[in-house]
Amino acid sequence: MTTNILPLLPIMIPFFSGIIMLFVGKRPIAHRVIAAISGLLLIFSALWLIIEVYQNGTMVTFLGNWAAPFGISLVIDMAAALLVTTTAIITFFTIIYSFQTIGIERENYYYYVMIMFMITGINGAFSTGDIFNMFVFFEVFLLASYVLITLGGTKIQLQEGFKYIVVNIISSNFFVLGLAYLYSVTGSLNMADISNKLAGFDGSFSIMSLVAVVFLFVFATKAGVFPLYFWLPGSYYAPPMPVLILFGALLTKVGVYAIARTYSLFFMDNTAFTHQMLLFLALITIVMGCIGALSFSDMKKVIIYNIIIAVGIILVGIAMMDESGMLGAMYYLIHDMIIKAALFMLVGFLIYRTGQTNADRLGGLIKEHPVVGWMFFLAALALAGVPPLSGFYGKLFIVQSTFENGQYVAGIIVLASSLVVLYSVVSLFIKAFWGEDMDFTTLRPVKSDKILFASIAMVIVSIAFGLAADVLYPLFEMAAQSFYDPSSYSEYITEVE
Amino acid sequence: MEIITIVLAGILIGSAVYLMLSKSVIRIIIGTAVMSHGVHLMFLTMGQLKRGNIPVLDDDVSNYADPLPQALILTAIVIAFALTAYTLVLALRSYRELGTDNVEEMKGVPHDD
Amino acid sequence: MKHTLKKTETEKGQKQMNDVFLQFVSKVVFFIVIMFSFNLFFAGHYTPGGGFVGGLLAASALILLLIAYDKKTLQKMLPIDFRMVLTVGLLFAAGIPTLSFLFGTPFFTHQHTYIEVPVFGEIALHSAVLFDIGVFLTVAATSLFIIVLVGEAEN
Repeated sequence: MTTNILPLLPIMIPFFSGIIMLFVGKRPIAHRVIAAISGLLLIFSALWLIIEVYQNGTMVTFLGNWAAPFGISLVIDMAAALLVTTTAIITFFTIIYSFQTIGIERENYYYYVMIMFMITGINGAFSTGDIFNMFVFFEVFLLASYVLITLGGTKIQLQEGFKYIVVNIISSNFFVLGLAYLYSVTGSLNMADISNKLAGFDGSFSIMSLVAVVFLFVFATKAGVFPLYFWLPGSYYAPPMPVLILFGALLTKVGVYAIARTYSLFFMDNTAFTHQMLLFLALITIVMGCIGALSFSDMKKVIIYNIIIAVGIILVGIAMMDESGMLGAMYYLIHDMIIKAALFMLVGFLIYRTGQTNADRLGGLIKEHPVVGWMFFLAALALAGVPPLSGFYGKLFIVQSTFENGQYVAGIIVLASSLVVLYSVVSLFIKAFWGEDMDFTTLRPVKSDKILFASIAMVIVSIAFGLAADVLYPLFEMAAQSFYDPSSYSEYITEVE
Repeated sequence: MEIITIVLAGILIGSAVYLMLSKSVIRIIIGTAVMSHGVHLMFLTMGQLKRGNIPVLDDDVSNYADPLPQALILTAIVIAFALTAYTLVLALRSYRELGTDNVEEMKGVPHDD
Repeated sequence: MKHTLKKTETEKGQKQMNDVFLQFVSKVVFFIVIMFSFNLFFAGHYTPGGGFVGGLLAASALILLLIAYDKKTLQKMLPIDFRMVLTVGLLFAAGIPTLSFLFGTPFFTHQHTYIEVPVFGEIALHSAVLFDIGVFLTVAATSLFIIVLVGEAEN
């Protein structure tokens, strides 16, 4: 009974809460209550999922009671469970954060409904075991994100939203094309089944390299990897802050997760080409992100470029595809989702309070907001990976893995990038909170108790994650195992037969 | 037969690329729609083109068409339909708001905002 | 022809021109199209058809009325809140598969049975029909919604 219901809860809870909100109609207060309650429910169900997966191993449910290679299966391994939990936590706090920031007009136009549909798609993409189903869930959350990025209809939103939509439609079309190639080669769409079939095949794999390139094109566009991140800074700059939090923390990470999943299950036969290509692109991504982060003093832009750096670092771990590399990638993935949400929330508070996005025009805010200031500092340290905080473990394992594999350049670039990250975020901290006092009379009298609650809670979650990293190690070991050892992921299919 | 459909898919995708490289918003949207048709045709070809029976619940059916690509394409068509509809609405909205349908003029940060 | 049309438009101060043929024909054709859409919907159980095509066709029938008359008249003819239709459709499409938990089976497992009806004989009852009703309503309402949105934008 639990195997039937539990894996579906992260998908069904947001979907049903969206439907209930549609029934309620344009009543923002009711929407807020429903959204917050379903956010809490999501957290509880996701935690239950982690416990269940930890005790009994990978959870599988078959939609429509069709056995595995034929029907669609939902497979929740530890990696999916951890990602779903992180998504739930970020969603809950972002909803709380939205109460005082998004504005009543957007709330009236079904803002929370769209968030809930987007979370449906994201959780679905994390938990599905069928590659075509993953495409469908990608489209679900992308459609919701198209609405969210243009909701409110200001000029910059419409302009940047259109570009975002066109880029994503093109990459989605290539996703279908890649699926067509994959289906014609393997004759299956179940990811575990494809993995088994490819493992048992002893012929030429050259066509799989082509499929790998098509898939990388698709997911790199969603994740913002080097040649294809061009849309990201502009488009993410446009929407209001709470939407940016969700996009920055979640959307690119779904692309990264998809790269990890496909590259571990499908493309393990020609790693000299596919994974080297991935590593190369990841390193250039880090370098380009660093250049971007150093060249702006606009707070939003700096953090947005930090997303690109983080994507690169995670991909370095994925490209290594060994135990410590994947362990580091998983640690860093979860860490980055949490810390990016926290940083965006804090930066958003500053923007709402001062009405400025450029850090050069701020100064001396530590007198007005000491707590926010020190929280920002902690978040900056965590982002850069200073030891007791959460970013450290991911980077440690990734760098260890690069040195073990003899990729010294990669390790050095990852290490050097932490310095750039630290510099870029701490310079924001210094500019905004120290230095010459800005004119405090221009501060806007915004209600900020819920904004501060959400932001500080996210920072605390991040710190707690860093301190508990040792306790959580068995979970991450399980999560990493399903990537570097694909047979552990796909063994459920042999149990069925 | 497969060769013909593959060439046709190529022509569709090629014309879609041409349309998407133009500057008018509506042409770009039509380009994305045409591209999705080309990709769907490709998918249909990948599942092998065959004349056959319906592959449902019948023991004496031996030669049947692969149902999976068709089901998947149906899903993809529905998604492409929704996307095209949404982009059209958005194009109208942005035309009224920005006063242009030329992507050349949709650069930088619009000011009076 | 063009000139006179333009003239009447400016004189009466309305954009909708009064096209008798279209309005009369659309009243008749509307029912034919709607009936065909229902036919397609029920045919989808065993033969080609189903909720999506049926829904699109139903929407196209409504759009025909929308073209012949205008939005206000359509609202008067069919006093339905299409947002509600959309929501009910979504609820059906998501709720029916979820209800299969009550039978202890996984999500989306359909239940079916056969019953004897006096006149028609044996009839297959299938929960997939309920799911398809959801698809029908959602697709019809969404397509109409988008067309209305695009139409409104011109004013």
